[in-house]
Amino acid sequence: MTTLTAIRTASVEAPVRRRPRWLIRAGSLLAALLLWQWLTAGDVTLWLRFDRLPTPIEVADQFGRLLRDPVYYVDIAQSLVRILTGFALAAALGIAAGVAVARSWLLADVLQPLFEVLRPIPAIALVPVAILVFPQNEQGIVFITCAAAFFPILVSTRHAVRALPEVWEDAVRTMGGGRLRVLFSVVLPGALPGICGGLSVGMGVSWICVISAEMISGDFGVGYRTWHAYTIVDYPAVIVGMITIGVLGWATAGAVELAGRRATRWLPSRAGVVK
Amino acid sequence: MSGLALRAERVSLGHGAGPVVRELDFDVRPGEVLAVLGASGCGKSTLLRSLAGLLPVVAGRLLADGEPVTGPSPERALMFQDDALLPWRTVRRNVELPLAIRGLDRAARRDRAGLWLDRVGLAHHADRLPAQLSGGMRQRVQLARTLAGEPRAVLMDEPFGALDAQTRGAMQRLLADVLSSTAATVVFVTHDVDEALFVADRVAVLEPGGVRTLVDVPEPRDPATRGTPLVRAARMELLGALGATDPYVRSLSS
Repeated sequence: MTTLTAIRTASVEAPVRRRPRWLIRAGSLLAALLLWQWLTAGDVTLWLRFDRLPTPIEVADQFGRLLRDPVYYVDIAQSLVRILTGFALAAALGIAAGVAVARSWLLADVLQPLFEVLRPIPAIALVPVAILVFPQNEQGIVFITCAAAFFPILVSTRHAVRALPEVWEDAVRTMGGGRLRVLFSVVLPGALPGICGGLSVGMGVSWICVISAEMISGDFGVGYRTWHAYTIVDYPAVIVGMITIGVLGWATAGAVELAGRRATRWLPSRAGVVK
Repeated sequence: MSGLALRAERVSLGHGAGPVVRELDFDVRPGEVLAVLGASGCGKSTLLRSLAGLLPVVAGRLLADGEPVTGPSPERALMFQDDALLPWRTVRRNVELPLAIRGLDRAARRDRAGLWLDRVGLAHHADRLPAQLSGGMRQRVQLARTLAGEPRAVLMDEPFGALDAQTRGAMQRLLADVLSSTAATVVFVTHDVDEALFVADRVAVLEPGGVRTLVDVPEPRDPATRGTPLVRAARMELLGALGATDPYVRSLSS
């Protein structure tokens, strides 16, 4: 009887308790918007100067206009192609290099010093090199995006592979499994949770870099368009660009996170462990 | 298929500098179950890893059917104490793994894995993940996986060591039952004298200087003989041999 009552009270109480929390969250956002409107519409200058910042209403107007403009979508598509190409290359190279460095002392000795020298250089500092080396701007931007995501993926793969329990590999080898079998049946699936962490971080970093690279040397793309709007003093469009970058970054990071969670459903914390 | 004959000739085992076991000589006859007893740290697991081909010997020769052991082989399967199942594969796909490595097609794999899961009583849990099973069930899956590849020798490294007493008893009976239908040679490492006496045909006591004591088990794998004078005598002999290296066990056996 006691358990029944407990369940019933919990199920009745839960929605009552949840509703005001959503209200509070929505209210917080609304208050921020109102504050923004008040500061900008009133041209407040309290050391910080809000007189040149666009009001939320101006931004919303500009947003509505841009949503009807095909160039807006071309920019988004361009940025997405760049980031997805760079990220996919970084994932393939980073996972391959991470496994190689973790599993072979020879490759570790050959590659590791190189990686350690290059890793501290922020990818965006590679822009001059990219402009010099690549025949087209486009390839340079993809290169910078790829370089940015490569290192977090490499490092997390290396750690995940090194941390694998030896017993899984021993088991497969005593069944007669060779190196390839160990790689595909033990190393890659076993390291996947760690690799997913690296992919998430890598996706975030490569957004920062694709936008920065576009601002410096792009002809299209969300980053280029945002910077361009700033140079022609179209401040509402700058804010729209920032919001677009935020939404796209959030969506791509969410997609990576979701894919990772799907691929690692077997983890004890997600499999519904029965003891 | 017949069991593998295993032989050690003046073998030293260990990792480089200080061998754990020196000058080891023994024979495992095809199809027999040899239990290896010994205090912890005496090199029982090292011996198994070397027999499996995962660890090269420091000196001497290890032979399987007269051929030197140079690396792992599906003929010599190793069963571990715990957590050797691949946690991202379902029970069925874990048992199918050795069959996939042997190159069986999908349908044959499924049939064979189903058969073995049935034999260890887990047919209804085929689609579960290892983390969703109890420790005893996981070891049953591992037993099925080890035997599904039809190895000619099964090397078991304290396979029931992490289980509670009741589950362990059930697993010993299951093992005896399953082994009766295979011709595989078994080397069974344990630190439990009674487990050794129930499971094995012969029991060896491993010491740093090699195997000094070898006891034939009267009426192996017959629960009815537990506690009969012959088995009691074998038990005392084994405890005595273990006690030669372990003062605590010596105090128990005297």
